Amino acid sequence: MPYTIIEKKEIASSVHMMKILAPDVAKAAKAGQFIIVRIDETSERVPLTIADFDATEGTVTIIFQEMGKTTKQLAKMAASDELQDFVGPLGTPADVRELGTVILVGGGVGIAPVYPQAKAYSEAGNKVISVIGARNESLLILEDEMRAASDELHVATDDGSKGHHGFVTDVVKNILDSGEKIARVVVIGPPILMRVAAGMLEPYGVETLVSLNPIMIDGTGMCGGCRVSVGGETKFACVDGPEFDAHKVDFNLLMSRLALYRNEESKCLDNHNHKCTCKGDN
Amino acid sequence: MVDRQAMPLQDPKERAHNFNEVALGYSGEQALAEASRCLECKSPKCVEGCPVNIDIPGFISCIKKEDFDGAIDTIKLTNTLPAVCGRVCPQEVQCELHCILAKKGEPVAIGRLERFCADYEREKGVTPPVRTTSSGKKVAVIGAGPAGLTAAADLAKAGHAVTMFESLHDTGGVLTYGIPEFRLPKAIVRDEVEYIKQLGVDVKVDYVIGKIKTLDELREDFDAVFLGTGAGLPKFMGIEGENLNGVYSANEFLTRVNLMKAYLFPDYDTPIKRGKHVIVVGGGNVAMDAARSALRLGADEVSIVYRRSEDELPARKEEVENAKEEGIVFRLLTNPTRILEGENMTVNGVECIRMELGEPDESGRRSPVPIEGSEHVVDADVVVIAIGTSPNPMIFSGSEGLETNSRGTIIVDDSGKTSLANVYAGGDAVTGAATVISAMGAGKIAAQAINEYLSN
Ligand SMILES: Cc1cc2nc3c(=O)[nH]c(=O)nc-3n(C[C@H](O)[C@H](O)[C@H](O)COP(=O)(O)OP(=O)(O)OC[C@H]3O[C@@H](n4cnc5c(N)ncnc54)[C@H](O)[C@@H]3O)c2cc1C
Ligand SMILES: Cc1cc2nc3c(=O)[nH]c(=O)nc-3n(C[C@H](O)[C@H](O)[C@H](O)COP(=O)(O)OP(=O)(O)OC[C@H]3O[C@@H](n4cnc5c(N)ncnc54)[C@H](O)[C@@H]3O)c2cc1C
Ligand code: FES
Repeated sequence: MPYTIIEKKEIASSVHMMKILAPDVAKAAKAGQFIIVRIDETSERVPLTIADFDATEGTVTIIFQEMGKTTKQLAKMAASDELQDFVGPLGTPADVRELGTVILVGGGVGIAPVYPQAKAYSEAGNKVISVIGARNESLLILEDEMRAASDELHVATDDGSKGHHGFVTDVVKNILDSGEKIARVVVIGPPILMRVAAGMLEPYGVETLVSLNPIMIDGTGMCGGCRVSVGGETKFACVDGPEFDAHKVDFNLLMSRLALYRNEESKCLDNHNHKCTCKGDN
Repeated sequence: MVDRQAMPLQDPKERAHNFNEVALGYSGEQALAEASRCLECKSPKCVEGCPVNIDIPGFISCIKKEDFDGAIDTIKLTNTLPAVCGRVCPQEVQCELHCILAKKGEPVAIGRLERFCADYEREKGVTPPVRTTSSGKKVAVIGAGPAGLTAAADLAKAGHAVTMFESLHDTGGVLTYGIPEFRLPKAIVRDEVEYIKQLGVDVKVDYVIGKIKTLDELREDFDAVFLGTGAGLPKFMGIEGENLNGVYSANEFLTRVNLMKAYLFPDYDTPIKRGKHVIVVGGGNVAMDAARSALRLGADEVSIVYRRSEDELPARKEEVENAKEEGIVFRLLTNPTRILEGENMTVNGVECIRMELGEPDESGRRSPVPIEGSEHVVDADVVVIAIGTSPNPMIFSGSEGLETNSRGTIIVDDSGKTSLANVYAGGDAVTGAATVISAMGAGKIAAQAINEYLSN
């Protein structure tokens, strides 16, 4: 059963928002869960976080960055186009509870998965301090939405084009150093950011959660391709996670496993670009 | 009496490099010759050996009369998936084991004849089924593997409105994601599913029960539910190096190859590591399929590492023979102890230890014991772990009161009824990893029980 794209927008350079009609998924979705999309018969199954959902409208929003073949192909699609498969909601929902004050950190396209959590933590009665960052201002997404969903919003850019000149971790450190009592920090972004944040936060003894993004296929626990090591134990990120205790995650393993198919991925993209130029850009 | 007719096979040298079907099927003459060997025993033991009790002498006598339509009709009275069963059933431990001619080592090739009849019908074009009048009852079937497909067919034939929920994007269960094209062409599975759709079954793929809807919710929306969710959770060994790049569960390896068609990369987008030296750990059908797939992906050497001896290999004999012919190396009485790490967390060989057979364990098989000091390293850049699977617990979230045992399998009575009033189960989800035909048998029994439950 195909799934119709209702809306599609480029919200930052090479970052796209897509709203998809999937009423059953929208009804069941919770913050922290993801979907798997397969564009057509020959496509890979690609996991993307549920960035927003509307049960009454029956829609699920995803936000993705152009990385390789599949995300670039997805980026070319438009409203009223159809996706062959859209499975979800998958994964264990984020452990959102009333805790007091929480800091939510989103780096790059990682701001997208943080957004539904900001809303959920607010609704659960927490004070939400959000810290979002990107390489530069033009890559920063969801600033207005995040401002509306948070009690406090901080922005950082690597080049200083907006907000704090530097990394989101600097801002988090300042908040913690200011002495405000923080119950939990949630960090979502590129693995390197999550690893650095986990290291920085360790001495503060504050509970830190990350959302892991290993390569997945089924997303239902039947292949084990998504295995990660947490506290020395092997876990399947698609069912046991994707949210885990940052201080226990083996980030080096995660990063090396993410690089497993680098050669194949570039071959696949070359093949795709070649086809596109040969056939004219469909 | 003529000799047992050999199955025509694709040449081993050629087939080691392609994914086309290995066994080509009997010709008409061969089928007639093979059928002529059947003695049509008065009290046929073969039928008792068949988990769905096909009238074996009955269909074979039709073949003798060249009434192939009659033959397939006879088979289909009790078996909905003959094209599949004729290809993958372990006949040597079922019907053919009990054949009176087996005593002389040459049982009638019942499986090959079954396949012949099914292929005859497929070629001719299957007559679409007639839909029965509606019973007004709704049944949900979860999982589109052999258990679910069989239950759905029987329930639809009984007039119930059947909705089938499958978590993957394609139907067939293991028949689609596990068993490779060269052993079971996917077109056959697709046709079987088409047939079930023609019976009026509403098939919903991309639908994960436990996530999108729970069993508790389905029990409200439907009059009865059948669980055919299989045993899809891969086991790992827990040895050092198992998370290295290049180590796969057999499920992942085969899913990439079969469901995602990684063997057609880059025309299909999903990649797979094509190892030069591949080690497959395990000795079952799954291990054989993984090894033979790795070979077809271009490996120089593929070995099966199995801790017991050849006699204990749980795989079908025919497939072990086929694998050997293709050049798969069997490292028997050998067990991996750790996977060695190369550059960038990749696999760089596997340390193995030799084993000897000790006292029989509770399964009656002699248990393997490591021979101290016999550690040695086998070259490998890809390792596939095929040591078994257990039921996927996803279905259990939101299934209040559904009882399972310590191995995670669902507890049922003889009719397939679970601890919940309107919920039935069958197949690998109940037995743990077993066979296609036993899953089908369980689907049939449960469908029958659901029918009775719904008519009360
Ligand atoms: C639970 C989860 C949630 C995610 N949420 C988002 C999101 O909200 N927005 C977003 O932009 N990205 C998200 N990702 C990452 C996204 O899935 C990958 O960027 C995407 O698969 C890349 O596919 P590609 O074909 O375009 O690129 P490729 O060229 O195939 O790969 C580019 C890189 O993406 C990673 N990757 C490749 N295939 C997969 C796969 N099947 N699963 C996971 N990672 C893969 C690899 O590290 C690779 O180096 C998420 C990943 C996971 C596991
Ligand atoms: C590689 C391999 C080779 C094999 N070779 C042979 C052979 O030669 N001969 C033989 O007889 N047997 C063989 N078997 C075993 C045989 O395939 C299985 O015993 C049989 O498929 C079990 O059928 P099933 O219907 O119980 O489960 P499955 O075939 O596993 O189907 C279960 C289905 O349920 C779906 N599902 C699970 N959970 C959910 C959920 N929560 N919501 C929705 N859907 C769900 C799964 O995605 C799957 O499609 C082999 C198995 C494998 C893996
Ligand atoms: S993606 Fe297959 S088990 Fe997680």
